[in-house]
Amino acid sequence: MGYLSWILFLPIVGAFLIAFVVGKRENVIRGTAAVFTFITFVLAAVVFATFDRSPAAAGLFQFEEKVLWIAPLKAYYHLGVDGLSLPMMLLTTFLGFLSVLISWKIHLRPREYFAWLLLLETSILGVFVSLDLLLFFIFWEIEVIPMYFLISIWGAGRKEYSATKYVVYTLFGSAFMLAGILSLYFATGSLSMVDITTKGLGMVQSVMRPAPIFFLILTAFAVKLPVFPLHTWLPDAHTDAPTAASVMLAGVLIKMGGYGMIRVVSFFPDVARQYALILVVLAIIGVLYGAAVTMRQTDFKRLIAYSSISHMGYVLLGIFALGKVSLVGASLQMVSHGLVTGLLFAMVGLVMHNAHERDLRNLGGLARQVPVITVVFSIAGLASLGLPTTSGFAAEFITFIGSYTSTAVPGIQFYTILGVLGVVVTAGYILWMLQRVFYGPVLEKYNEVKDADALEKVYMFALVAVIMLVGIYPAVVTDVLKLGISPIVKLLGG
Amino acid sequence: MNLELLIPELTLAVFAGVVIIADTLIKQKRVLAQVSLSALVISAGVSLAMWGGNIPAIFSNMLATDNFAIFFKLLFLGIAFLVILASIDYVDKFVHFQGEYYALVLLATLGMMLMAASADLISIYVALELTSISLCALVCFLKDAKSTEASLKYILLAALSSAILLYGMALVFGFTGKTQLSEIAKAIQAVPMSTLVNSPALVLGMVLLIAGFGFKIAAVPFQMWVPDVYEGAPTPITAYLSVASKAAGFAVIIRVFFAAFGNAWLSMNWSIIFAVLAAITMTIGNVAAIPQSNIKRLFGYSSIAQAGYLMVGLATLGIASASDIAGRSSILFFLTAYAFTNLGAFIAIIAISNKLGSDLIDDYTGMGKRAPLVALALTLCLISLIGIPPAAGFMAKFYIFTTAVKHGLLWLVIIAVINSVISAYYYLRVVKVMWLGEAVSPEKVPSSAVLRLGLLLAALGVLLLGILPGNGIKLAEFAARIFTF
Repeated sequence: MGYLSWILFLPIVGAFLIAFVVGKRENVIRGTAAVFTFITFVLAAVVFATFDRSPAAAGLFQFEEKVLWIAPLKAYYHLGVDGLSLPMMLLTTFLGFLSVLISWKIHLRPREYFAWLLLLETSILGVFVSLDLLLFFIFWEIEVIPMYFLISIWGAGRKEYSATKYVVYTLFGSAFMLAGILSLYFATGSLSMVDITTKGLGMVQSVMRPAPIFFLILTAFAVKLPVFPLHTWLPDAHTDAPTAASVMLAGVLIKMGGYGMIRVVSFFPDVARQYALILVVLAIIGVLYGAAVTMRQTDFKRLIAYSSISHMGYVLLGIFALGKVSLVGASLQMVSHGLVTGLLFAMVGLVMHNAHERDLRNLGGLARQVPVITVVFSIAGLASLGLPTTSGFAAEFITFIGSYTSTAVPGIQFYTILGVLGVVVTAGYILWMLQRVFYGPVLEKYNEVKDADALEKVYMFALVAVIMLVGIYPAVVTDVLKLGISPIVKLLGG
Repeated sequence: MNLELLIPELTLAVFAGVVIIADTLIKQKRVLAQVSLSALVISAGVSLAMWGGNIPAIFSNMLATDNFAIFFKLLFLGIAFLVILASIDYVDKFVHFQGEYYALVLLATLGMMLMAASADLISIYVALELTSISLCALVCFLKDAKSTEASLKYILLAALSSAILLYGMALVFGFTGKTQLSEIAKAIQAVPMSTLVNSPALVLGMVLLIAGFGFKIAAVPFQMWVPDVYEGAPTPITAYLSVASKAAGFAVIIRVFFAAFGNAWLSMNWSIIFAVLAAITMTIGNVAAIPQSNIKRLFGYSSIAQAGYLMVGLATLGIASASDIAGRSSILFFLTAYAFTNLGAFIAIIAISNKLGSDLIDDYTGMGKRAPLVALALTLCLISLIGIPPAAGFMAKFYIFTTAVKHGLLWLVIIAVINSVISAYYYLRVVKVMWLGEAVSPEKVPSSAVLRLGLLLAALGVLLLGILPGNGIKLAEFAARIFTF
C-alpha cells in the first residue's frame, strides 16, 4: 500500500474502531478520532513535502497506485495526485483533524458522531485522489450518507428538512453525473480520468456528441459548488449542520464541485470554450446575488453560509475564464475559502456555543468579554473580504487578474469588473457583521460568556497561521497548483 | 434418460415428502427446519458439482442443464436457505402445519428451479403452476383475514395470468407448430420477413407471454396484487416472493425471449415493449411507495420499482446481439445483489416486527437505539436499494445501466437514475425514523441467533458484491455465456 491508500483508509479504520471496538468512554472515542485524523494529516503533509515540483513533472500524477479492481468493467483502483488535487487533499486532512478538535464538546451519541465524521473525511479524500471515474463516483456518493446523519442528528433548527434537502439535491446531481459517466465510458471505452484527459476526445469511438455528456456531468458539480440557481440547499444545510460538519461542508465538500469542474473541463476543452460564457454569467449572478442576500441576513451562521455562494462565484468565474492565471486563482480561492470559511464557521460555532445566541440583532459588544475570539474572528472576516496579507487577498487578486486578461471568453473584462463589485459588498456585510457582534455598547447579559479555551486556541491559531502563510507567500500553494493547471491550459489551447 | 442430472430437483421433492411425514412423528419442530436446510444444502452441492460442465438438455429437450439454469438453481437454493433461517422463529406463530410450511417452501423452490431450466413451453407452464400453487398456500398460512384475502387475490390473479400465458403459448404454437424453444426460433427464422411482419397472431402471442410473465415479476400493469399480498402474507414468504419469485420470472423471460424470439425484427419489438414497461413500472412503483405507512407494503412497491430497473436489462437484451453477454449477465448480477439486499431487509423486518407485533414504519422509531445491529443492517440494505455505494445495489445498477447506455438506451437510463433519486425519499424515511426518532420505550429489541446469522450472511453479501463485485460479475457472465437450450 502506498501513501495515498493509507491516507484514504486511515480515517475509515478509525471510524470502524470507534463504532465497534473502543467502547463508550468519550475520552477514548475523541482521542482515537484525533489520533487517526492527525496521522492522516501528517502523511498528507509528507506527500505534499516530497511532491516533485520540477517543471518536468507538470501534468504527471505522482504517488500513483493502480490495481485492477473489477475486471469485466475495466475499472481500476487507481489513485494519484497532481498539482491540482494535492492541495485539496492536504486541506481535507488538515480540516479533518481540526474538525475533530472542534467537535471536542459533543456529548450527544459521540460514538456515532465521530465515526460519521471520519467516514466523511475518507469519502472527500477519495473524491480528490481517485483517478478512475467509477471510484470517483463511488466516493462522491458515499459522502451523502455521513453528511445526512451529521446534519439530521447533531444539527439545529430545521435539521431534518435541511438534511433531506441536501441529500435530494446531491442525489439529483449525481444521477445526472452517473448518466454522464456512463455515456463517457461508452464513448471512450475507458473509465480512466488520465486516459480521457491525455488522449482527449481522440478516444471517442461513437457518434455521441460531447456537449450533452459535458452538461450531464457538470450538473452534479454545479449543484455541489453551488452555482446559481442550484444553490438553495446550501444556506439550509450549512446553517443547520453542527459546527464541525459546517466546517467540512464549507471548507472542503463544496470544493469537490470546483475540483470536478476543472477535471471535466480537461475532458472536454472544446465544449468548455464553447459554453464558457453561460457559466461566466451564472458566476457573476452568483457573486452579486449571493452578496446581496448575505447583506440581509440576521442569523449569524446563515450569514456566513450565504457568503459562500458569493465566494464560490469567484471560483466559477476563474474556472470558466479558462485562462492559466485565472484557473490557478480559482484553485487558490478554493483553498483559501476552505481555510477562511472553515475558521469563520468554527468561530461562529464557538460564539453560539458560549453565548447561546445567534441572532445578530441581539448580539453586541462582545469585544470586551471575549477578546481572543474577537481578534481571531476579525482576522477571519478580513481574510474573507480579501485584505492583503491574508490568503483571501492573494486568491481573489489572482482570480481577477487572470480572468481580466483571459482571451478565451469574449467580453470577460466586463464580467470581471462586475464581479469585482462583489468584493465591495463583501466588505460591507463582513464589517457590518463584526460591528453588530463585537462592537457597540457592552451588554451585561454577556458578562458570563467564556472566551476561547486552550484547545480552541490551538485550532484557531493553526488556521490563522496558515491563512497568513498563504497570504504572504502564496507560492507555497500556487507552485504546486501550476503544475496541475498548465497541462489543462495547454489542452484549452492557451 | 439422464436421471442423475435431476438429482438437485429430486432431492427437494423427496425431502418435501420426508418433512411432511416427519411432522406427524416428531414433537420437536425445529428438526423440520434442519431437515429442510439440509435438503437445500445437498441440492446445492449437487448443482455446484454440475457447474461448468456443458451438459445437453434432458427429457427430449424439455429441461436444460446449462450454467444459466444452474446459476439460478443455486440462487433459489440460497434464497430458500435464508428464508427458512428467517422462518424458524416465525413459524411458532402457527400451531399446526409447520411441516407443511417447510415442505411447501421446498416445493416452491423446486418449481422455480424447474422454471429456470425449462426449455419447452409445456415444461415452463407446469413448473410455473407448481410454483404458484405452493406459494398460494404459503401466502394464506397466517389464516387471518388479511392473509386469506391476500391468498385469494394471489390465486385469482395467478390463474388469470396462467390463462393469458396459455393463450399466448397456444398462439405461438399455432404459428410455429412447435413447443420447444429452439425449434420455435428455427420455425420463425424460416418464415420470410414479409410474412412475419404481417402475422399479428405471433406478435399477439408474444405480447400475451409478456403479460403472463409480467405477473410473476410484478411489472406494471400486472402489479395490482403485490401490495396486498406482500402485506397479508407471512413475512418470510413475502421475502421469498419478492426475490425468488421475481428471479424465476426473469429467468423464464430471458430464456424464452432470447431462445425463441431472438429473431431480429421480433426482438426489436419486444425490446421496445420492455423499455416502455420498464419506465412505467419503476415510476409507478416509486411514486406509489412514497405515501406508504406499512413497511411490508412499502417493500411491495419497492419491489415493483426494482422490477422496473431489471427490465432495463431486458430491453437491452433485445437490442444486443446474441453473442453480447453483458445484457444477460447484468440481469443475473442485479438479481443476485437484489436477493441479498431484500432478504437482508426482510430478515431485519422480521426481527423487529416479530417483537413489536407491528409492521408500521412509525413503530420503527428509535430502533437505532433499541436494536442497533439490526437497524444498521437494515440501513445498509436500504442504502443498497437506493443504489448508493458501497452497497451491492449500486454496482448492480451501474452494471445494468452501463450495458443499457452501450446499446443506445440513454433516455431510459436517465429515467431510471431519476427514479433512484425519488426512491431515496421513501427509503430514507425508514432510516430517519430508526436513527433520528426518539424511541417510545428504552426497552431493547432482542433478536435470536438464527436471525442474526441470516442477517450477517445477507449483509456480508451486500458489502462483498458492492466493494469487490469482480468475481460476482464474472460468475454471472460465465452463466450467461454457456447458454444451451
